[in-house]
Amino acid sequence: MFLGIILAMPVLLIVGLLFKSESVLHANSLSDLLFSTEWKPFQGKFGFYSYIYSSVLVTMLALLISVPICLFAAIYLTQYAKSVYLKVIQPVIDILAGIPSIIFGVWGILVIVPLISHYVAPFFGIETAGYSILAGAVVLSVMIIPFILNILLEIFKSISKELPQASIALGATKWQTIKYVILRKAFPGIVSSVVFGMSRAFGETIAVLMVVGNVAQIPKTIFEPGYPLPALIANNYGEMLSIPNYDSALMFASLILLVIVLLFNLAARMLISRYETKI
Amino acid sequence: MKSKISIQNLNLSIGKNQILKNINLDIPENQVTIILGPSGCGKTTLLKCLNRLIDLEENVTITGSIFLDNEDILHTKSDLPGIRKKMGLLSQRPYPLPMNIYDNIAYGLRINGIHNKHIIRESVEHNLKQVNLWDEVQHRLKEPASRLSIGQQQRLCLARGLAVKPEIILADEPTSALDPLSSTAIEKKFVELKEEYTLVMVTHILRQARRIADYVVFMYLGEIVEHGTADEFFNHPKQEQTKAYLEGIFN
Ligand SMILES: Nc1ncnc2c1ncn2[C@@H]1O[C@H](COP(=O)(O)OP(=O)(O)O)[C@@H](O)[C@H]1O
Ligand SMILES: [Mg+2]
Repeated sequence: MFLGIILAMPVLLIVGLLFKSESVLHANSLSDLLFSTEWKPFQGKFGFYSYIYSSVLVTMLALLISVPICLFAAIYLTQYAKSVYLKVIQPVIDILAGIPSIIFGVWGILVIVPLISHYVAPFFGIETAGYSILAGAVVLSVMIIPFILNILLEIFKSISKELPQASIALGATKWQTIKYVILRKAFPGIVSSVVFGMSRAFGETIAVLMVVGNVAQIPKTIFEPGYPLPALIANNYGEMLSIPNYDSALMFASLILLVIVLLFNLAARMLISRYETKI
Repeated sequence: MKSKISIQNLNLSIGKNQILKNINLDIPENQVTIILGPSGCGKTTLLKCLNRLIDLEENVTITGSIFLDNEDILHTKSDLPGIRKKMGLLSQRPYPLPMNIYDNIAYGLRINGIHNKHIIRESVEHNLKQVNLWDEVQHRLKEPASRLSIGQQQRLCLARGLAVKPEIILADEPTSALDPLSSTAIEKKFVELKEEYTLVMVTHILRQARRIADYVVFMYLGEIVEHGTADEFFNHPKQEQTKAYLEGIFN
């Protein structure tokens, strides 16, 4: 029974959102909704492309920043550092993971945005107010690092010590052992952690909304503002509902979010199960 | 009897606990040396000193020396992989590498810089035949090693170790996770292998020791109580503790 509810949840969510998005789906073609940048609510035109683009870009950039950091940190902490470091760091990570996202947003405005505006962008010869895709990605990556790192630490800790020892005993160096044995063994878990981080990042609203600039456009560089889907929904829901089909469009935006996250999870599952037939 | 490994005044502590106390031992070449002793007496730790896996532990203090063919291998900082390559390790449970059967054997060659497909292929076949696994797996070499039975996995691990051409084989209770048939297979293999290799095997199974030992070392609480040839040890033990152990009072 309980299991049934859990299994039914995603289906019910999708069906519910589909039902709510019906009117916007009737008024616009699916390809216009997904691939047009034309966003003219008063004319009934809802092209989500720039929002989807911003969401994907911010998320991918955040993963590009956070995943390597987490991987190196997890490898260092579990394979190289003395075990006391791990004992000290783990509670700190838990605290970081529990910080409300609004705090990260404020930190982004106070630190990251000026940093980008005054130092990073000028370095590339670009002028910007700092509210940008990059600012959103940096804030996001700092937010998801504790989550990804926690999972990775658990994964690396769960690999029994004898497995790397078997490789070392064959004359492998530590680095060879990490590269060919530990990372291989941990691969399914690493994929899961990335997808978990991706799911969180993709749906994260407040902190991103505060620093990303909220301009619906296809940004030419990461120093330009963007407008991710969750920010769109949060900024407009309950305000613009006098416009016909607007609430339906926002429901459709949620549906896109949900479907993309589910697709990523599905892809990861498939990747992992294909991999597991090989090792 | 020529000795292959000579351990001299070896003392080892982890933190404040002294785990090995003044170990002096010559391990004879091309023989099966059995290390006996109750659980926790330091057998595994002693093996780990030989191939320097002990370096991976924290807070370890070691004094003394271990000579392998007259080279002190306990304190040398250079070429640890080279030292380890000379000693194949078979652990308590098999730990196949997370790759297919073929690559499990090829791994040791590749990390040592051998990439010639022909040589690798030869070695895989030769070493799988060595451990009598070839007939069972020759048609499924690309399958994950984890799909093999535990007994097959242990033989695979032995083959993997043999593939890097060691001079010594260290085995830490290698049959404790295996069924009787697989255990016997490993024991028989060990006896055959002593033609070419020096074998050091930890066990707490007395009957197993009686079956295959040429030389026996009995440890208790971090010390060597007695060591000698199998005949001396089993038939004319000198120490009271040894006699008690052989009569099964410890087990
Ligand atoms: N990494 C370690 N840290 C602390 N104590 C250890 C460690 N490894 C082994 N010991 C201790 O050393 C003693 C000998 O262990 P071990 O060599 O594994 O014994 P055996 O293999 O004979 O059962 C035991 O008392 C064990 O608790
Ligand atoms: Mg042991």
